[in-house]
Amino acid sequence: MNHLTCRSIFKGSAEGEALVTEIPIGFLGGVDPDTGIIVDPAHPLCGQCITNKVLVFPYGKGSTVGSYTIYRLKKNGLAPAAMVNAESEAIVAVGALIAEIPMVDQVDTSKLRTGMQVHIAGEELWFE
Amino acid sequence: MMLTLTDTEKSMLAGKQGRAVQRAMEIVETLGRVYGASRLLPVESVQVAGVSYRNLGEAGLSFIQDWASEGARVCVPTTLNPAGMDMRDWQRMGFSAAFASRQQATIEAYVSMGIQPTCTCTPYLVGNLPGLGEHIAWSESSAVAFANSVLGARTNREGGPSALASAVCGRTADYGLHTDAGRRATHLVEVRCPVHEPHEFAALGYIVGKLAGNGVPYVKGLELSGIDFSEEGRSALVDSIYADSFKLLGAALASSGAVALYHLQGITPEARERKDLLLDKVIKVTVDSLEPAYAALNASEQVIDLVVIGCPHASLQELRAVADAVEGQTLSAMLWVTTSRQVKDRSVELGYVEAIERAGGMVVADGCVVVAPMSELNYHSLATNSAKMAAYALPHSGLLPHLGSLQQCIEAAVSGRWSGCNR
Repeated sequence: MNHLTCRSIFKGSAEGEALVTEIPIGFLGGVDPDTGIIVDPAHPLCGQCITNKVLVFPYGKGSTVGSYTIYRLKKNGLAPAAMVNAESEAIVAVGALIAEIPMVDQVDTSKLRTGMQVHIAGEELWFE
Repeated sequence: MMLTLTDTEKSMLAGKQGRAVQRAMEIVETLGRVYGASRLLPVESVQVAGVSYRNLGEAGLSFIQDWASEGARVCVPTTLNPAGMDMRDWQRMGFSAAFASRQQATIEAYVSMGIQPTCTCTPYLVGNLPGLGEHIAWSESSAVAFANSVLGARTNREGGPSALASAVCGRTADYGLHTDAGRRATHLVEVRCPVHEPHEFAALGYIVGKLAGNGVPYVKGLELSGIDFSEEGRSALVDSIYADSFKLLGAALASSGAVALYHLQGITPEARERKDLLLDKVIKVTVDSLEPAYAALNASEQVIDLVVIGCPHASLQELRAVADAVEGQTLSAMLWVTTSRQVKDRSVELGYVEAIERAGGMVVADGCVVVAPMSELNYHSLATNSAKMAAYALPHSGLLPHLGSLQQCIEAAVSGRWSGCNR
């Protein structure tokens, strides 16, 4: 098990398979809240489902209504298990908070690869 | 930097004032930590976005309803962004009863929190007019640009939930555009072509927004005569003949880029008062022509079936200009002039609405094409004097864009075709 320390945005513990991208994600129009699938054709993860994954991306972009898209994903039971950002910004941070999805940032995300098992608890992150 | 809260703020965060206030303080406090603020600031007013049911959806609506039922009430003057339709005249616009009933429920939830249902992106035209240096928490990017730049008030580009949180706990985090340092210019833009008409300011905004991204542009080379600065700075600009142009400029800057503050040399309040506005590493750019904006925002399609004036919401002067221009004409394309309820009511009294409707157009209050469910209607190709509307036409509304002067737009409404010249 490898270990990283991070900053907690919404405290909680969660575990899941990592889905990793180096490209920012815009949630409004970029993720379908009724399927959990990334639908932005310009995004390399287009077609992938984020449900129950530990979603690792640098930061959010696009419309601030994206916070409500994250909340819709949660209400629909399609939210990621947790979110990990290199450096968070308001859209995703507020989305995580109102949807109560564990989230951390200030992590060296280059250590994480799609398919790894990731466990988050508060300000600690383990992966293997 | 460590975020330090006052005793009152700590008690809010601990839930001593109830779950609704606690939830609000959690959002504001988290943003303060994320952006490295050392303290929170009291806010004087709030503008809330996230109003159109088209964007909010059922989950967004239920979030707002849940928060309201927890007891969320605003504690500062708070105004509301446009809805997805005219709240009274939606049927005549062609929207479905299904959409209308959810839109109505959204407005009711906000009203139950004590928010004024102004339903406009121009709160500064309906009484929410903050002063120089006042800290506010506004969402709606075009209003943010106007408040920061023209009024000299201070707000970051808030999202719907964070603005609502500020309204409920009365605080925002002290970072970014609330600080002197955050308001310094990142880009020095020299304009070397004539910019006089409102749609030319819109085209300029589109070009500068692409260059400046989320930076702060300082624009020199604009020659604006006829502004009387002998009065207080704020009213001089808001009352000037350029107020509509500033509105179109800021909206375009915030849509092609993410600009939340611009300075105009010798004109906007901070550009007249502060000597330290340019960052040492300011990036210098020039604008020699507005042509790239017209090229990007004009589709080759010549047929026009919808003309939109009022993005951001039309002022009384713009309503008068449209009413004068359509006098005695019969329109073959639909004309929508989108505006606030307050400005529409005044326009009814002054006869502008009757003149526009006699020609075959509509004055739409409360709503806006950008956030309306346009796929419910059968339009294909629009003309507008707003670069924001033109830039969002295709991606947000599935409509082909055309950008030109107010006069060209009215000519297109009359003929149903885009002349495409004289720009």
